[in-house]
Amino acid sequence: MKHFIFACFFGLTVGTAQADLRIFATVPEWGALAQEIGGGKVKVYTATTAFQDPHRIDARPSLLAQARQANLVVAAGADLEIGWLPLVLRDSGNSGIQTGQPGYFAAANFVNRLEVPATLDRAHGDVHAAGNPHTHLDPRNVLKVGMALTARMAELDAANAAAYQAGYQAFAGKWQAALARWQTEAAPLKGAPVLVHHASFAYLLNWLGMKEVGTLEPKPGIEPTSGQLTSLLARQQSAPAKMVLRAAYQQPGPSQWIAGKTGMPAVLLPYTVGGTAEAKDLFGLFDDTVQRLLKGLR
Amino acid sequence: MQKSFAMAALLAASCGAQAASDADLAAIRAQIDDMKRTYEQRIAALEQRLVQAESRVGEPAASAPSAPAPITAESRPSAAGPNAFNPEISLILQGQYRHARNVPGRGITGFVPGGDGLNTRGFSVDETELVLAANIDPYWRGQAIVAMADGQASIEEAWFQSLAIGQGVGLKVGRFRSSIGYLNEQHPHMWDFADAPLIYQAMFGEDASYVQDGVQLKWLAPTALFVELGAEVGRGANFPGTDRNNNGTGGGALYVHLGDDVGVSNSWRAGASWLKTRASERSSDFVDSNDVTAQGAFAGDSTTWLADFVWKWAPNGNSAHQNFKFQSEYFVREEQGGLNCSSQDPTSVCATSVGSSYKTRQSGWYAQGVYQFTPQWRAGLRYEQLDSGTRDFGLNAANLVVDSYRPKKASAMVDYSWSEFSRVRLQVAQDKSMLGITDHQLTLQYVMSLGAHGAHKF
Repeated sequence: MKHFIFACFFGLTVGTAQADLRIFATVPEWGALAQEIGGGKVKVYTATTAFQDPHRIDARPSLLAQARQANLVVAAGADLEIGWLPLVLRDSGNSGIQTGQPGYFAAANFVNRLEVPATLDRAHGDVHAAGNPHTHLDPRNVLKVGMALTARMAELDAANAAAYQAGYQAFAGKWQAALARWQTEAAPLKGAPVLVHHASFAYLLNWLGMKEVGTLEPKPGIEPTSGQLTSLLARQQSAPAKMVLRAAYQQPGPSQWIAGKTGMPAVLLPYTVGGTAEAKDLFGLFDDTVQRLLKGLR
Repeated sequence: MQKSFAMAALLAASCGAQAASDADLAAIRAQIDDMKRTYEQRIAALEQRLVQAESRVGEPAASAPSAPAPITAESRPSAAGPNAFNPEISLILQGQYRHARNVPGRGITGFVPGGDGLNTRGFSVDETELVLAANIDPYWRGQAIVAMADGQASIEEAWFQSLAIGQGVGLKVGRFRSSIGYLNEQHPHMWDFADAPLIYQAMFGEDASYVQDGVQLKWLAPTALFVELGAEVGRGANFPGTDRNNNGTGGGALYVHLGDDVGVSNSWRAGASWLKTRASERSSDFVDSNDVTAQGAFAGDSTTWLADFVWKWAPNGNSAHQNFKFQSEYFVREEQGGLNCSSQDPTSVCATSVGSSYKTRQSGWYAQGVYQFTPQWRAGLRYEQLDSGTRDFGLNAANLVVDSYRPKKASAMVDYSWSEFSRVRLQVAQDKSMLGITDHQLTLQYVMSLGAHGAHKF
């Protein structure tokens, strides 16, 4: 009997060890990237959707249960998930995914971050000490993160290392081609001044050479106020913006108000995979983003 | 690049040189040299910045889809200096204006008081909480919460927890808020109302939370459904137990929590907990049959059962703009042991102390709903009811007045948050927790969090 129980327990342990690499992605974009690289060898759980503000997520019981079983946590990093992820990691009882372990991967650590604040003071709002965390909207960053993520996946699951590398190669090849296409298509956007709801698009605007001339939020993480909106309206005379951008998870009210007053289009961008019907995957995300921006410019 | 520029400049200069004098030539040369030097300096500076940037990114330019063979180095935000290892520090400022009836010795009728009831009115500052937390090493994380008030600083929590055990096991050692129930673990600044539910005050005294000095072991099941089992043992010094100088343990708890999502918009957690404590000489005031104050000292066991339930809803699971939270908890406590009645007053029937058996079974519950209807405004309602239940004092039943009462309270609140870190709240309540008194309370409260951005539990 004892042997039987032992055998069962052993079998269970081995069984879990041979299962797919289980990936817990905090945000849809990095979940999608892990899926591109891992293909059928990985099981990706994405903790949030494109309609949820990634700063404001509850440490839900379901997230703890998923983190408990994950081999790899893929986070955006740069404090984006600071309000919930540290708690999920610590209470998961999973030693492999703690910060500093190979099972914890923060995308923002592998790219050049923008808007790293020189001074840290909450008088400037909910600032991120490590810089703007919305790094994925520069498609060149997606490649950098993909390369590092592939290496990490290969490290954790050496048996499938070749498959991950092949997956990344195939993805990167298609991505290069798409990148060239997006850059050509987006050429007219260069220099276009825009308003944004929150600084979620810093990397996108930087990549496309567009200019952010104002944010609807008076300070990061503080909801748009009527005072801020009126001051933007006044500024529209001297430094006119061409459109006002918001992510799928942000409320439409403020940007529609500005749009109504000024006549500029309010453009909803998917922000991440799943944010619009067209943004089914990472390619769709950028296809749709570029198309929506071009439409806004017209 | 600087070469071609210099060549072009020389060429341009030589064209003009035909008509220029030697002095002009020298001047132009000096100018060119000057420009060259400036550009060389700027290029060197740019190169240096490029090297720095590359070392920060830690990989070659990512434009070519090369094989990921050169493992990319992970860059960290540069954090140098001896302060870099300082723990996360946050400070909670909390205070209020309170309008209520003056009821000296405020308590809950039918329940043994776990401390002096709060009768503070007007302006007051609550305890200021200082939170320090950090990873100790790869294996442990520590946290201390010090509550500061006039002339005193008390250790609310001081514990370390495991990071490296794995297999779903978590270990916490030190002084911690017990994981029984739902609200028990939350500090006052996380509460949705200005005060704790009556049942928490009745069961655990004025701090409205059961705090254990001891060890907590919990295990999270490897299932998609959240199943967490926990056990705690410790000193058991806090109400309803008492501190004793003993070997072994004075109290223990067991709990189970379940939770999951329903669709993308709903999530829930439910739990059941059991708490056992021992008391010796737990003294509280009674009124005897001659209407004289007498002290009753309880010695025996307390067993508390708790059931808790939380439901959260947010459209598309996006709680930033709108969300609704429902929570309810039900408590039953049984106490069994002996009661020794004594009094300093010679007119008391307990002037010579009387021992008797003691057996009680008391219960209570609360239910509350809080709706955030815009990103900054929330409103909530809470209703609570307690039942003093059965109180069998044996021989002392003839000596002491045994109140039988069902305390009730209804509260409504509305709060406004400028950001995640600042909140002000207005609460009105009709409090019938004392027999014959209906207290209409008004509280205007602020809660401010400074410093590190702590993560909050579900």
